[in-house]
Amino acid sequence: MLNVKIRKLFRSDAQPFVLDANVSFPPGFTVLFGPSGAGKSTLLDCIAGLQQPDSGEICLGEKVFFDAAGNLSLPPQRRELAYVFQSLALFPHLSVEQNIRYGLDRLAASEQTERANTAARNFRIEHLLSRRPAELSGGEKQRVALARALATSPRVLLLDEPLTGLDSSLRRSILEDLHAWNDANRIPILYVTHNREEVDAIGERIVTLVNGRVQETGTPRGVLDAPRTIELAQSAGFENVLPAVVVEHRPADGIMRVSLDHAACEIEIPLGEAEPGSEVRVAIRAGDILVATEPPHFLSARNILPGTIVSGETRGAMVALQVKAGTIFQVHVTPGAVRALDLSPGLLVWLVIKTHSCHLVR
Amino acid sequence: MNTEALLLSFRLAATVSLFLLVLALPLAYVISFFQWRGKFLVESVVALPLVLPPTVLGFYALLAMGPHGLLGKIWQSLFGHPLAFTFTGLVLASMLYSLPFAVQPLVASFESLDRRLLDASAILGADRARTFLRIILPLAWPGVLTALVLSFAHTLGEFGVVLMVGGNLPGITRTVSIDIYDRVQALDYAAAHQTALLLLLISFVVLSIVYGVNRRVWSPWPAK
Repeated sequence: MLNVKIRKLFRSDAQPFVLDANVSFPPGFTVLFGPSGAGKSTLLDCIAGLQQPDSGEICLGEKVFFDAAGNLSLPPQRRELAYVFQSLALFPHLSVEQNIRYGLDRLAASEQTERANTAARNFRIEHLLSRRPAELSGGEKQRVALARALATSPRVLLLDEPLTGLDSSLRRSILEDLHAWNDANRIPILYVTHNREEVDAIGERIVTLVNGRVQETGTPRGVLDAPRTIELAQSAGFENVLPAVVVEHRPADGIMRVSLDHAACEIEIPLGEAEPGSEVRVAIRAGDILVATEPPHFLSARNILPGTIVSGETRGAMVALQVKAGTIFQVHVTPGAVRALDLSPGLLVWLVIKTHSCHLVR
Repeated sequence: MNTEALLLSFRLAATVSLFLLVLALPLAYVISFFQWRGKFLVESVVALPLVLPPTVLGFYALLAMGPHGLLGKIWQSLFGHPLAFTFTGLVLASMLYSLPFAVQPLVASFESLDRRLLDASAILGADRARTFLRIILPLAWPGVLTALVLSFAHTLGEFGVVLMVGGNLPGITRTVSIDIYDRVQALDYAAAHQTALLLLLISFVVLSIVYGVNRRVWSPWPAK
C-alpha cells in the first residue's frame, strides 16, 4: 500500500495553486483522473521525489519516502519506483537495449541481459533492441518506455498518460500486456489518463483529482457515470453541463423538477441534495439523448422536449447535433440515424432523456 | 612568417581551451542545474570578460600575478620563480579572458536538454555523476565542441591581455597577434599580411565548423 498525505503550495503562478492530497493506493491499477491542471503530474512527481511537498508524508508500506516532520526525503534513486512520463523520455542517443539496461547497471552483466530480454519479450519489442528511439513508431516507443521502467522490478509504477496518441487497438494491446505484468507482480500502479476508454479498460479503481484535491475514490462506473462536480463532468465526457434551478421536490416519485436556462424548459432529474430555488448544474451525456422526428408515446422516459436542429457536424463515426429545445443541447447520433430520419438543420425534433441520464453536479 | 610566434599561439590556445573546458564544465553544470540566491553574481563574473577591455583585465591580472600580487606571491613561494611574463601566467590570464566563450555554449546546451531525460535517469537509479557522463555530456556534445573551438579561436586572437601580462618575449609570450603588431610598427607590411591572412583564414574555418555543428553559438544566457 502506497500512502500519500501531502500538501504543496505553488505561488509562482498568477493564481496560487495548492496540491492537497490524502490518498492511498493499494496494489493493482488505480486510475488518476481529472481535468488538466488538476495536479495529477505534480502528485506523481512528488511521489517519485522529483518535487518536494511542503508538508506531509509519503510511504510505501514500512518504507518512508518522504516525511516533512522528520525532515526526510529519499532521493528518486532510492525510492525503487518506475515512472513513465507523458513524453516517455527515452534516451535518444542510446539504443533500445541500452535504454532498457540503463536502470540495471548495478546488476551483473548476465542478469542485465536476462532482465532486458524478459522485459523486451513481455512488451514484444525483441526485434527492436538495436534501434534508436528516433527509428521507432509511437506505439513502439511507448512499449520501450514501459519495458525500461518495468525491467528495474519497481515497487511502485507511475504512468503519466503513457498511451496518449495511440489508436485504440494499439492501446488495448499494450494495456493487455500491462495487465499481464500486473497480474504477475501486483504493485501499486498509478495511471494518469484523460481517456475514458482507457479508464474502462483498466477498470479496477479510480481516484479523481480536481483543483489539487482528491474528490472521489471508487470504481470507474460509480465515479465517472455520476460525476458530482462540473470539472469532473466535463472531463468525464459529459457534453451537456447545463445551469439549472431546482423548481420542486417530488419525493414520492423519487425525482425533482429543475428548470433550465432561465425557465426556458423544465426537466425531471433524480432527487438530489439541493433545495428548491437553489442554483445547480445538470450533466447529460450527448450520447444519452434520443432524437425522435414525431412526438413519441408510450415511453418510460420522463423528459420529452420539442426542439429544432440548429447544426450537425460529422466527427468520425458519429454526428454531433446541436438542438435548441429551450436551451441548446449537444446530441450525438450515428450517421445511419441521420440518414434514416433525414436529420438536418431546421427540422423539428423531440429529445428524449431518461431521468437517470441527468446528473446533478455542484 | 614568424612560425615561432604562430606555434606559440597554437600551443597557448590549445592549452587554454583544454584547461578551460575542465573548469567550465562544472561551472556550467552548476549554473544550469542549480538555483541559488547569488547565482546572478556568478553569471555576471563569468560574462565580465565579454564587456571589459582586455587591457583592464590584463592590468588586474598583471597586478595579481606580479611580485606584490597575492597570486604572484603564492606562486613565487611554491615554485621559486615569478608568474608574470611566463607562459603559465599567460595561460592563466587567457583562461580568465576566454571564460565566457567556454561557459556560455555549455550552459546553452545544458539548458536546452529535456529535463525529463535527467529525471528519467534519476528514477532509473543513476546518481548525478552517471547522469552527467551518460546523458548530459553525450547529448550536449555540440556545446562542448563549441566551447572548445570558441575558446581556442578567441585565445588565438587575443592581444591586449597578452601585452599586459606576457609582454613580448620571443618563444615565451610573443604570440602571433603581438608579432603582427610588431611587424606593422616596423612597416614590414608584407610579413604582417602573411600572418594576418593566415589568422583570418583559420578563424573563418573554425567558426564555419562551429556554425555548421550548432546554430545556437551566439545565444546569450538562454531564456529559461
